[in-house]
Amino acid sequence: MTGWRGYLAVGLGSGLGALARHLVGLGMLQALGSAFLWGTLAVNLVGSWLIAACAARVGHRVTGHAARWQPFLMAGFCGGFTTFSLFGLETLYLLETSRPGLALAYGVGSVPLWLAAAWWGRRVGRPGVGP
Amino acid sequence: MSGGIVGLVLVAVGGALGGMARLAVGDLMAHWLGRGFPWGTLTVNVLGCLAIGALATALGWPIASSPAWSLLAVGGLGGFTTVSSFSLQTLTLWQEGRSGPAVVNGLATLVAGVAATALGWWLAGGGA
Repeated sequence: MTGWRGYLAVGLGSGLGALARHLVGLGMLQALGSAFLWGTLAVNLVGSWLIAACAARVGHRVTGHAARWQPFLMAGFCGGFTTFSLFGLETLYLLETSRPGLALAYGVGSVPLWLAAAWWGRRVGRPGVGP
Repeated sequence: MSGGIVGLVLVAVGGALGGMARLAVGDLMAHWLGRGFPWGTLTVNVLGCLAIGALATALGWPIASSPAWSLLAVGGLGGFTTVSSFSLQTLTLWQEGRSGPAVVNGLATLVAGVAATALGWWLAGGGA
């Protein structure tokens, strides 16, 4: 079970992550005229990359700098930065508005892309391996 | 999207609370069902989808946006659910040679997530 320090770290990280996600969405809105799909896809890819890179960097260390920041960065920031519920809602919205092809492409296509981002992040984060 | 600083603060507060709730659910599921499979992540993602479907109907998404949407949906449920942990855990299962559970986790998350969103939408009175 997680102690109160863990909850504090995850809460702070997740709040900042959600804020950053929202700002990415607003930025996409400015740049593309719509934050729809692209904003969510972007944060989910970056967050999957980052959490895997952090996990690889921390490895099995239980003490030290990396281990201390782990709850804040991983379950906190990356967790709050990425979102599955908005992804689900966007996929449903595409179905509801009679765009089943796009819904299928977005829904089914996103998962391998997230996993590929995590795979790449893990490679980059592994100590002694450059990007 | 509710404008200005207030909207940003609401998203951050919602995100903080959502993230802590995700941690609590993860702890609880690991305690009950063990750490061999990412039950916690699957649970938060399906529950979060159910809730956001209902909330979208109740608050008139995507036409209307409000402070409540910023706090509860963008911040709260956005922070409660997670893709990063899902990706890391699924990749880890796969790389540990547990390809079966990895595929099951991927399919279950995707199918149950979209179905739960539709169910939430429908339960709150959203039209087909």
